[in-house]
Amino acid sequence: MSRYILSRIAQALLVLWGAYSVTYFILYLLPGDSLSIMLSASGVEIDSLSAQDLAKAKLYYGLDRGIFEQYVDLLWGALHGDFGNSLTLNRPVSELLIERLPQTLSLAGLAIVLSLIGGTGLAYLTAYVRWQPLKVALSRLPSLGFSVPVFWMGLLFIQLFAFTLGWFPATGNQGFSSLILPAVTLAIPSAAVYAQVLQRGFHGVWKEPYIITAYAKGLTRAQVQARHAFKNAALPLLTLIGLQVGNTVSGAVLVETIFARSGVGRLAQEAVLRQDIPVVLAIVTVSAAAFVVVNLIVDLLYPALDPRIAHTPKVS
Amino acid sequence: MTDTAQLIDIRHLSVAYRFDGQINQAVRNVSFQVARGETVAIVGESGSGKSTMANAILGLLPDNAAITGGELHVDGHDLGHAGEREKRRIRGSTIGLVPQDPMVGLNPTLRIGRQIAEALIQAHGRRYPAVNADVLELLQQVGLDRPVLRARQYPHELSGGMRQRVLIAIALAGNPRLIIADEPTSALDVTVQRKILDHLQRLVAERGISLVIITHDLGVATDRADRVLVMNKGELVEQGPPQQILIAPRHAYTRALIAAAPAFGQRKSPATVRPVASSDTPLLTLSNIGKTYRLPYVKGEDADFQALQDVNFKVYPGQTLAIVGESGSGKSTVLRIALGLEKPTHGRVQLDGQDVTDLGWREFRPLRRRIQLVQQNPFAALDPRFTLFESIVEPLVSFGLLKGRELEQAARRLIERVQLPVAYLDRLPRELSGGQRQRIAIARALALQPDLLLLDEPVSALDVSVQAQILDLLVELQAESGIAYVLVSHDLAVVASVAHQVLVLKHGKTVEQGLAEDVFARPQAAYTQELIAAIPGRRLELQTGTH
Amino acid sequence: MTIFDNRLARLTRLVDPSQNLPGKNAPAVQWQRRSSLSRAMEAARPLLRRPGFLLAVAMVAFALLAALAPNLLSSYAPYATSPADKLAAPNAAHWFGTDELGRDLYTRVVHGSSVSVQAALLAVGIAMLGGLSLGVISGFAGGRIDAVIMRLIDVLLALPGLLLALAIVTAIGFGTLPVAIAVGVGIIPGFARTTRAEVLRVKTLPYVEAARLGGASWTRTLLRHILPNAWGPVAVLATLDFGAAILATAGLSFLGFGAEPPAAEWGTLIANGRHFLITAPWVSLLPGLFVVGVVFSFNHIARTLEETQR
Repeated sequence: MSRYILSRIAQALLVLWGAYSVTYFILYLLPGDSLSIMLSASGVEIDSLSAQDLAKAKLYYGLDRGIFEQYVDLLWGALHGDFGNSLTLNRPVSELLIERLPQTLSLAGLAIVLSLIGGTGLAYLTAYVRWQPLKVALSRLPSLGFSVPVFWMGLLFIQLFAFTLGWFPATGNQGFSSLILPAVTLAIPSAAVYAQVLQRGFHGVWKEPYIITAYAKGLTRAQVQARHAFKNAALPLLTLIGLQVGNTVSGAVLVETIFARSGVGRLAQEAVLRQDIPVVLAIVTVSAAAFVVVNLIVDLLYPALDPRIAHTPKVS
Repeated sequence: MTDTAQLIDIRHLSVAYRFDGQINQAVRNVSFQVARGETVAIVGESGSGKSTMANAILGLLPDNAAITGGELHVDGHDLGHAGEREKRRIRGSTIGLVPQDPMVGLNPTLRIGRQIAEALIQAHGRRYPAVNADVLELLQQVGLDRPVLRARQYPHELSGGMRQRVLIAIALAGNPRLIIADEPTSALDVTVQRKILDHLQRLVAERGISLVIITHDLGVATDRADRVLVMNKGELVEQGPPQQILIAPRHAYTRALIAAAPAFGQRKSPATVRPVASSDTPLLTLSNIGKTYRLPYVKGEDADFQALQDVNFKVYPGQTLAIVGESGSGKSTVLRIALGLEKPTHGRVQLDGQDVTDLGWREFRPLRRRIQLVQQNPFAALDPRFTLFESIVEPLVSFGLLKGRELEQAARRLIERVQLPVAYLDRLPRELSGGQRQRIAIARALALQPDLLLLDEPVSALDVSVQAQILDLLVELQAESGIAYVLVSHDLAVVASVAHQVLVLKHGKTVEQGLAEDVFARPQAAYTQELIAAIPGRRLELQTGTH
Repeated sequence: MTIFDNRLARLTRLVDPSQNLPGKNAPAVQWQRRSSLSRAMEAARPLLRRPGFLLAVAMVAFALLAALAPNLLSSYAPYATSPADKLAAPNAAHWFGTDELGRDLYTRVVHGSSVSVQAALLAVGIAMLGGLSLGVISGFAGGRIDAVIMRLIDVLLALPGLLLALAIVTAIGFGTLPVAIAVGVGIIPGFARTTRAEVLRVKTLPYVEAARLGGASWTRTLLRHILPNAWGPVAVLATLDFGAAILATAGLSFLGFGAEPPAAEWGTLIANGRHFLITAPWVSLLPGLFVVGVVFSFNHIARTLEETQR
C-alpha cells in the first residue's frame, strides 16, 4: 500500500515539475525577445539603452546565461520559495504572494463549500422530484449555470444586490459581507458542474438493480435515495472536486478583478497586463501545485469511499 | 368470494405500459391463485409479461405502467387499489423479493451485514438490540460460512453464489409469507444454481412460505414447482402440475416451448459420425496445451494463474466438438489459443497439419480464411454503424476477394443461407433481435467459406425458442457444407443436441473426454455426473423414466 | 421545415421498400444501399419537432450569420460615434441602447460576434486537432506511449485554463489570435481524454475483434470501426467546448487582453460597461445576456445530440 502512495507522490511531483517547465517554456522561450519584454515591464524602453547598458540589463535579468542554466537556476530558486523579484513592483514575488494569498484562499474556500452545497442540493432535489415538468426544468439549470460568463454574473450581482438592493458592498476586502457576493459568483460554474454530474449519477443509479432490492425491503423513496442512491451517485464527485481546483483559480482571477479584491487573482491580471514575467510564472506554479496536491489527496481518499477500488495492482 | 386460504388471488388482471404515446398491454386478463406454502413457477420468454406480473404483485410497477383492470389480492390486502403506503408496508414483511442478477443486486458501497440489518430493522419498525445477532443467524441459515467475516465484507468480495445467498437472506429477513424469486438461476453456474435453489426450497418449506419462481427455463420450473404457469405475450396460456404440462400440454405454445427446450426436446442425435479414415488429417489439433498467466504480486496469493493444463483434442472435418465447462474453466481461452489470439505457454496448435503455434499475426492471416469465430454476445458482435450488408461481406473485402456485383451476390447468398430475408441487408443491427443478429454473425463467419467454425457460447444470450432455431441452423449448415464446429458452452443441454465429441473442463483441466453418446450415457468423472444431474428438467425424466 | 420534408421525401422514394421473402423469385430481389446521409437525415427528423432544439439552432444560426455577414443584421456602423446619443436606454431606434460614445450597442454586439465566433472556431479547431491526435494515438497504441501522453495531458490539466492562457498571452502578446490559441491549448486535455476513453472502449468490443479475425488490417479497423464509433462523445464535447471557448475568449478580452479598442469583442463590451453600471447597466448586461443566449444554445444542442446518441 505504501508503495502505491510513494508512486503517486512521485507522479504528482513529476507533473508539477512538468507544469513548471511548460510555463517556463511559454514565458521565457516563446516570446521573441524576452529582454525587451522585461525591460518594458520595468518601465524602460529598450531603444534608449546603450550597448553597455543592455549588457548590464542582461546580467541583471539573468538572461546572459544559457537557456538551460537559467532554467536550472530559476527552478532551484523556486524549490526554495524564491521566485525572484517582480519587475514592475520591484519586490520579491514570494512576499507579494504571501500578502495576497489569504484573500484568495478565503474566497476560494467559501466558494468551494457553497458550490458543493448548492450543486449537490440541486441534484438531490432534481432526483427526488417526480413531477416531470419541474424535474425537467431543474435538470436544465446546471446547463444554464455553465452558459453564464462568470464576470458578467458578478456585474449582474453587483447591480442587483449592491446597487439596487444595497444588501452587500460592491467592492473591497473588508469583512465577511464583502466576501459573499464574490464567493457566490465564483461558486456558480462549479456548482453547475457538480449538479450536472450528480444528476447524471442519480439518473444512472436509479436504474440499477440494487435499488429494486432496496425498495423490496419496504423503504420509502426518500430512504432509498438517501441510503442507496446518493452514495453511489456521488462517487465521481470526489474526483471532480480535484479537477475543479483549476476552474476555481481561473474564476478567481475574474472575480477578484470585478469585485476589486486584492488577492492573487488580481495580482495575476495586473502582472499579465504589464508583462511581469516572474510574477506570472510564480502564480501559475503555485496554482499548479495546489491542483496537484488536491488531486493527490483525492486519489488517496478514494478507496475510503468506494470499497471496490483497492490500491493493489490490477490484473490485466 | 375470496378464498382466504389463498395467499395470492389474481383475477382478470391487466397491466399496461405507456411509452411515447403508445399503450402496450403487458399483461392481459390473467387469473390464478397461489395457496399458502405452495411453490408456483411462472414460465415465459422475454416479453411474456412474467416480470411485469412480479412487479405488480410487489407494487413496484414503474411510473409509466398501471393496472388497467382486474383484482390483485395478496394475503387479504387489495393491492390493485392500494396506496403507496400500504404497498410499502407489505413489501419486505409480507412479500420478499430475491432479485435476478446477484452480481448487481447488492449496493456495492455498503457492507453485507448492514444491508441485511436494514431489512431486519425495516421489518421490526425500528432498530432493536438483537439485530446484529439476527444478521449472523440469517447468514448461517442461508448457508454462508464464517458469518462474522461475511457480514463485514463488501459485495465485490463475495462470489456470485454467495451474493445470491445474501439476497435470499434479505428476502427472508422480514419473515414474509411469500417470496418472489426473479430468474433465480440465470446468472449462475449450473452446479451453483442447483445448490442454491435446493437450499432456498428447503428454507421456504421449513417456514411454510409460498414461493413464486419467475423463469424462462422450463426445466427449472418443472423441477421445482408444485404448479407451472405458462405465459406468452401477456396471457396465461396454461397452468397445471409439472407432470401434466410436460406429458399432456394443451396449448400449442406450451408444446412449442417443450420442443424447443434443449432438456426436453427431441434429442436430435447428430448425423452419424463419419468414420474417421486413418488418412484423415484433423483440421485442428491441440496437443498438451497449457496456459499460465503471470499475476502481479499480491501477498498471500499465487503468482501464477493456470488457466489451462494439458488440454488435448482433435477436430475432424464435418464433426462437432463441444467443450463444456463452467465459468473459469478455461474454455474460452482454448478458443482464443486455437485462433492465435493468445499464445499457449506449453503445447502445440496445428491447423490441418501445419504447426501454427508460433506464427505471428501476419503469417497467420492467410489461414484465417479457414477458421472463423462466432462470438458470444450478439449484441456487440456487429458494428452498430455498419449495415448488415457491410458486416457480412467485410471479411471478403478485407481479403480483397470480391468486388461490386459479385460482392452483392455473395451477400445475398449468405443471408439466405442463414434464413433471413434479403431485404434485411440494408438494415442496421439495432433493428434486429438477438437471434437475428446471431444469424448475421454466423453469415459473416461463413463468408470466407471456412472449414472450421469456432462458436463461443453462441446461444447463451438468447431466448429458449430462439436457441433451438439457431442450433437447428448450425446442424443444417454442417450437413450442407461439411463444416466442422468447436462449440463452447456451459449448458450441457445445448450441447447434447449438436455434439459428436465432448470435452469437459474444470479449472483448466480435462475432466472427461470422448464421444457425446458415451459421455452422456455413461459419464465417468464425478464432475461430469454432477453437471448432468444439475441440468434442470431432468427430475421428472428420472422420476417417470421417460426418454 | 418544408425544405427538409421535400428532400427527405425524394430520398426515401429512391429506397425500394419492397420486402422479399426467401423462396420467392430470387433474381427479382431488389435492395438499395441507402447512403449514410439519408440515414442521418432520417435520424434528424424527430429532432426538428422539438421546440427547444429549434430555438437553440435558430440562436446559433443567428450568431453564425452575425459572424459572417454582420451588415445584414444591422444597418448601423459599429464604430460610428454619436456623442449626442450617448448612454441611451434601449428603445426602438437602438434595440440594446447605446454606449458612452453613442455607438449602437446592438450593432456592436453583432459585429463582435464575428470576432468571438472566429476565435472560438480557431480555439476548438486547435484543441480538436491536438486532442484528437493525442487521444487516438494514446488509446490505440497503449502501453508506454499511452503512459507518456497521459502524463503530458496531466501536466496541461494542472495548469488552470485561464492562467495558462494568461501565460501564453504574456508571452506572445495581446489580441484575438493569441487569445484563441491560448484558449485552444487549454481545451486540449478534455478532447484527448475523451477520445482516448472512447478508443479504448471501442477497441475491446467484439466487433473489432471480429473484423480483425476476418482479416482486416489495423488501418482498416481504425478508420472504419474505431474512429466512427468513437466519434460520438467527441462531437458532443466539441459543441460544448465551443460554448466554453466563447466564454473563455470573452473572459480574456474582458480582462483587457483581447483586441484593441475600438474593436467590438463581447468581453471588451462588457468590460467597457463596467464603469457605467449604476447609471446605464444595459451597456454591460445586454451584451452579456446575448452571450449567455448563444452559449446556452450551444450547450442545449450538445445535450440533445448526446441524448439521441444514447
